Amino acid sequence: MNPLNVLAALGARALWLLTSLGHASLFFVELVRHTPAALRRFDLSLVQIHAIGNLSLVIIVTSGASVGGVLALQAYYALDRYGAAESVGLLVALSLLRELGPVLTALLFAGRAGTSLTAEIGLMKAGEQLAAMEIMAVDPRSRVLAPRFLAGIISMPLLSAIFSAVGVAGGYVVAVKLIGIDSAAFWSQMQDGVDVFKDVGNGVVKTIVFGVASTFVALYIGYESDATPEGVAQATTRTVVISSVSVLILDFLLTSLMFSTRP
Amino acid sequence: MTTIDNLVQIDHVTFGYDRSRTILTDVSLQFPRGNVVAIMGSSGSGKTTLLRLIGGVVRPQSGSILFDREPVDPSDTDKLFALRRRLGMLFQFGALFTDLSAFENVAFPLREHTDLPESMIRDIVLLKLNAVGLRGAASLRIAELSGGMGRRIALARAIALDPELIMYDEPFAGLDPISLGVTANLIRRLNDATGATSIIVSHDVDECFQICDYAYLISSGRIAGHGTAAELRASEDPEVRQFIRGEPDGPVPFHYPAQPIGQELGLPS
Repeated sequence: MNPLNVLAALGARALWLLTSLGHASLFFVELVRHTPAALRRFDLSLVQIHAIGNLSLVIIVTSGASVGGVLALQAYYALDRYGAAESVGLLVALSLLRELGPVLTALLFAGRAGTSLTAEIGLMKAGEQLAAMEIMAVDPRSRVLAPRFLAGIISMPLLSAIFSAVGVAGGYVVAVKLIGIDSAAFWSQMQDGVDVFKDVGNGVVKTIVFGVASTFVALYIGYESDATPEGVAQATTRTVVISSVSVLILDFLLTSLMFSTRP
Repeated sequence: MTTIDNLVQIDHVTFGYDRSRTILTDVSLQFPRGNVVAIMGSSGSGKTTLLRLIGGVVRPQSGSILFDREPVDPSDTDKLFALRRRLGMLFQFGALFTDLSAFENVAFPLREHTDLPESMIRDIVLLKLNAVGLRGAASLRIAELSGGMGRRIALARAIALDPELIMYDEPFAGLDPISLGVTANLIRRLNDATGATSIIVSHDVDECFQICDYAYLISSGRIAGHGTAAELRASEDPEVRQFIRGEPDGPVPFHYPAQPIGQELGLPS
């Protein structure tokens, strides 16, 4: 193996990575620049909110209920050791609001809505629909991309809220109805321990950041995909992988900033 | 000498997508107002690139492109969009918006660029669909249309704003004989009825010659010949003859460059 070839390959790869990052950044700036246009044509964004948000409800609700129930179960086993079983409600609520709600919603969003966005934009580009729009003096960034971007940012916090709410309900069913924890203790401990700004507020900030990241990744990868069946297939898998990894890394960064133990 | 009024003028344009690949070398074409001009050539010769240059999608490395005596400048977005509202383009496979119906597709440019009331938009759309013979198909979804029908809906959409210039990218590709005749007929009638100027990019010699006033033949990024249908048919230039007559071998070789077959098969020389 010629070491020079290896170096050249590495260098080319690094250059490609930098070019892609730069290209992606410019794309992001363009998306943000055209978002006011999407606000003016809010009817377009509404259609997208339905496609991205409403149609994701089934998976969000079923996952939320399951996660909430499982959380309650596992938390009960752990807390009961220390005689703190009545804090199950508090633990479930905090876990959902601070972490699991935003993160799991974002991961499910990447899988369902993200892939559909990528495939749709990729196929529109392949079918020359975006080029046709441009030659008709309609900017596809304002008409097609920005409404979807706005819809993602609006849908994500709403979906996450529903996830957390349904999760708490699932936790209630398991903890109070099935295990038999005192209902009053369940709710009152939760009410005492959950802070609107620190817990709910931070969770909302997280979902907005995740919404921006996942939707941007989905749109960019779709826009840059090859106009072939393999190209679109590769693009959808790339969207899921890159969205998910970005969300998890961002989650770590945001959590360290928001919930640091230093006063 | 009367100066011909050219709606579009391409002067000594050289263009390549990157430095290693030059698509067009020093080409000059004129498109007089009200005429149907064909740009012919084999696949990959640079015909569609000319349409993209006229529409301001790409910028030439050298030379100029004038639309109605104004230079086409891709960097001036406002001017470019104003120019694009005066032209209509029919893409090779229609490029219809698959999430909208046929009616909605034709209404799209009207809704985006005018403030006309819905009733008026409805009338105009039905008239355009009537012009291409598909008024009855207005409510169909794009997936329900055949290839030829889809192309006609795309044509109705391209003329929705009554453009001065209509560009057709391979309008005859893959059509059955009846649809071929219908499409060629439509292109000519539309051009004459509306006073528009039409540019057809095609490699269908017979259909083009039937309806065009003038034609250019592009080969390997250069103009190999130009003239009226009669002039091109009578041309003695080998490249023009090979294309017009459809000869398999000539200046454009049949074989893709390769080493001699004896060598490749390992035969003794």
